Amino acid sequence: MQITVTVNGVERSGDVEPRTLLVHFLRDELGLTGTNIGCDTSSCGACTIHVEGQSVKSCTMLAAQADGLSVTTIEGLADGDTLHPMQRCFQENHGLQCGYCTPGMVMAAVSLLDENPNPSETDVRIGLEGNLCRCTGYHNIVKSVLACAAESTGASK
Amino acid sequence: MIPASFDYVRADSVDAAIAALTEHGDEAKLLAGGHSLLPLMKLRLAAPSVLVDVGRLDDLRYINDAGDHIAIGALTRHRDLEISTLLASAAPLLSHAAGHVGDPQVRHRGTLGGSLAHADPASDLPAVILAMGGTLVATGPNGSREIPASEFFTGFLESGLAPDELLTEIRIPKLDAQGWSFQKFNRRAQDWAIVGVATVRANGSTGVALVNMGSTPLLATAVMDAVKSGATAADAAALANEGTEAQSDINASSEYREHLARVLVRRSLEESGLA
Ligand SMILES: Cc1cc2nc3c(=O)[nH]c(=O)nc-3n(C[C@H](O)[C@H](O)[C@H](O)COP(=O)(O)OP(=O)(O)OC[C@H]3O[C@@H](n4cnc5c(N)ncnc54)[C@H](O)[C@@H]3O)c2cc1C
Ligand code: FES
Ligand code: FES
Repeated sequence: MQITVTVNGVERSGDVEPRTLLVHFLRDELGLTGTNIGCDTSSCGACTIHVEGQSVKSCTMLAAQADGLSVTTIEGLADGDTLHPMQRCFQENHGLQCGYCTPGMVMAAVSLLDENPNPSETDVRIGLEGNLCRCTGYHNIVKSVLACAAESTGASK
Repeated sequence: MIPASFDYVRADSVDAAIAALTEHGDEAKLLAGGHSLLPLMKLRLAAPSVLVDVGRLDDLRYINDAGDHIAIGALTRHRDLEISTLLASAAPLLSHAAGHVGDPQVRHRGTLGGSLAHADPASDLPAVILAMGGTLVATGPNGSREIPASEFFTGFLESGLAPDELLTEIRIPKLDAQGWSFQKFNRRAQDWAIVGVATVRANGSTGVALVNMGSTPLLATAVMDAVKSGATAADAAALANEGTEAQSDINASSEYREHLARVLVRRSLEESGLA
């Protein structure tokens, strides 16, 4: 079937089987390999992207379900060479080690701050419960998200 | 993991969805948020040959004050329930429990109708709707009918919906709640409950429902009767396992589940304000 998805602001069309998962469409058809596949069972969050601005696990959605919708992947966050504030905060706060979970973590964190711009540490920990990291022990991930929140609420005040 | 092949039909109205179900019969399955069905299809535990996608039926995505009850469209997502100010004041048990389903990503996609129609005894919202005495509206080729939540769940992953029916609305009575509680016991964030308890006390009666204590979500009728005749929380909670059939699995033995049910029912009654 023919689908058209607005990916990172650009309309992308493709001919997919109905059973094609959104993550496979992004990675294999569009070559956007920043979105990782970890568990493939809806648990780890490595495949997190935004659909219509909200975090979603792209291994648990059909490409067909995204037809006509707008999708943002990790590749769509930065503005040219300028990292998105969340990406920069992860870098500055050592919020990653091997980096495998990072695209999903960053996408989940951006969605989290969208919904709750001024979260407590607990809010961040609970808000990222759908994302697993095998390396960092989460400490610096939480620190990164809190730093990014402080920056943006500070700036808007 | 990739699902077996199927044909995909996107329904743009309730009538179109029912027509597709009528045409394809047993071969077809509705797709709402997909957060129960797609994982099963990826594991090839389900292999429908036609998927009828109702996920875009925004007409069925609403939370309305309908006078003596709150009417919720079946396609309303967990996140919508979680942040609804109407529910926060009129049915806080539901918005609170919806905020504890899975994780944010799951709540952005999963729907109330899908959660009920899936009829998983381990799911949170079926027990919540049971405890609140909700009513489900099913719409098929011959129009709509109401099904009390207490008659909806007929077996493991089985509901009273006919194959050509769509769940369209969920109605919950407007209760003047004196107290409510949702207890969810799990070992890891994001997981389903090993055992859960939903309680609401209102208008002189107490509804108590159990998650994961049998093949369907269950009303704890013995506990409810005991509370009605004046039992304390501790005495009523001792009856938590009457009529249950807890299973043993990788997370817990049936004995452990029964222990949890007694402890959680007691906590739940106490948190809802029963001495
Ligand atoms: C990682 C993860 C964690 C989760 N954790 C929890 C949890 O802690 N607690 C919990 O309760 N749930 C949990 N869930 C399940 C989640 O809540 C699902 O969203 C929900 O159970 C099903 O809703 P859905 O809209 O996704 O339904 P779908 O998966 O689209 O459909 C489920 C079933 O219902 C049928 N159906 C859907 N809509 C209708 C309708 N309107 N009328 C008739 N039939 C319909 C479908 O045909 C299918 O058989 C979790 C899911 C995941 C992936
Ligand atoms: S790969 Fe999607 S949640 Fe793990
Ligand atoms: S940094 Fe390695 S999994 Fe998170």
